[in-house]
Amino acid sequence: MIDNPVLRIIAKIIIPMILLFALYVQFHGDFGPGGGFQAGVIFAAGFILYGLVFGTESLRSAVPPAVLRLLIAVGLALFAGVGVITMLAGSDYLAYNALSEDPIAGQHLGILVVEFGVGVTVSAVMITIFLAFAGRNDP
Amino acid sequence: MTIAGLYNYWIVILLMMTGFYVVISSGNLVKKIIGLNLFQASVFILYISIGKIANGHVPILQDGVSHYSNPLPHVLILTAIVVGVSTTALGLALVVRIRESYGSVEEEEIHRQDESL
Amino acid sequence: MLIEAVNIVLLALLAATAIAAVRLHDLFAVAMMFGIYSLLAAVMFVLLDALDVAFTEAAVGVGISTVLMLATIGLVGRHELPSTHRSLLPLAVVVATGAALIYGTLDMPFFGDPGAPVHQHVAPYYISQSPHQTGLPNVVTSVLASYRGYDTLGELAVIFTAGVGVLALLGLRRRKRPGKHRTAQ
Repeated sequence: MIDNPVLRIIAKIIIPMILLFALYVQFHGDFGPGGGFQAGVIFAAGFILYGLVFGTESLRSAVPPAVLRLLIAVGLALFAGVGVITMLAGSDYLAYNALSEDPIAGQHLGILVVEFGVGVTVSAVMITIFLAFAGRNDP
Repeated sequence: MTIAGLYNYWIVILLMMTGFYVVISSGNLVKKIIGLNLFQASVFILYISIGKIANGHVPILQDGVSHYSNPLPHVLILTAIVVGVSTTALGLALVVRIRESYGSVEEEEIHRQDESL
Repeated sequence: MLIEAVNIVLLALLAATAIAAVRLHDLFAVAMMFGIYSLLAAVMFVLLDALDVAFTEAAVGVGISTVLMLATIGLVGRHELPSTHRSLLPLAVVVATGAALIYGTLDMPFFGDPGAPVHQHVAPYYISQSPHQTGLPNVVTSVLASYRGYDTLGELAVIFTAGVGVLALLGLRRRKRPGKHRTAQ
């Protein structure tokens, strides 16, 4: 695949845009359409495109599998951890109001962190799955 | 609006049934999983159709808009899509392993090998 | 009126794609049909006011799912063997199930009816209270992360488990096991 100049150059132009768009969807999801799930899959789609065009070996050196495996757990732990923090702050599990003096600010912070956790786990799982399938084909 | 009001649901049921037909009639495990995905995507369309309000608006609050479509099905389906692809991947991984140990992904061939043991 | 026309055309295209997927025996073509189907479904979601869902379906259905299917087809072979017993039983089961479901829709509220029971329960509460309780204009995000945070945590745990399952089945590292026979495609 890497021999095809059209694919290679288009992918080089388009992949940064996909990743930037994913970040926009992630952090602007509170106000426009978007959120952790959407951003996670778009982010993963960018990396999968990279893997398809430049080979799984390059993708594996760009995002080492060990890091991905760590990120899968980190995202979920971030989400669950927010719940523990709200409990330590004396409220119910995942009641974001307790995160700040101002309930609205607490909700904002809680939702932002939780969505980030969702995005991390979803994108790491998707890239991991792709690597697991595509790596099977390597000689 | 008597028949037209249900037209959407009927087509979606037709789509669901094509997916279901692939699942039960095809002997190839990969095609079965694709059928399952067709079925799943049709169920998503059914849910989102139920949440639609005529002349409604995307549930992102704005000044001057009072009719919003129901956001609840959107939330359910949003997560269901991502969960769906993860479980599909799990199914496909099983298919790959079946192929590696049986040398085939055809149901009949796998049964035949199991019986000859 | 334009929206109704687009709706009807989209549904017809969805049906055509699904039926083409049933009739094809080349799995590569079937996977491509599934990609087209997902793209049409994403357009359908935009039409039905579900922008967040359309995003996800476009990225997952068209991108990731199809790539995974193609990767699997690359590993297991792309041609489906014609079934030896072509019985009418599956068709009968499908027609009976479809008829039962269509009978069920006769009691359903019409498409787009604002008075349908589903719009009377929690949705108005979310739409009216979300700006005051969470301060977010996107109700989908506030319901997803805040009102139904437990749900989302559970879903994320499912995705986590599925990822771990795929890792357990296929593994991330290539292990060169001696004596392992791998057939060339």
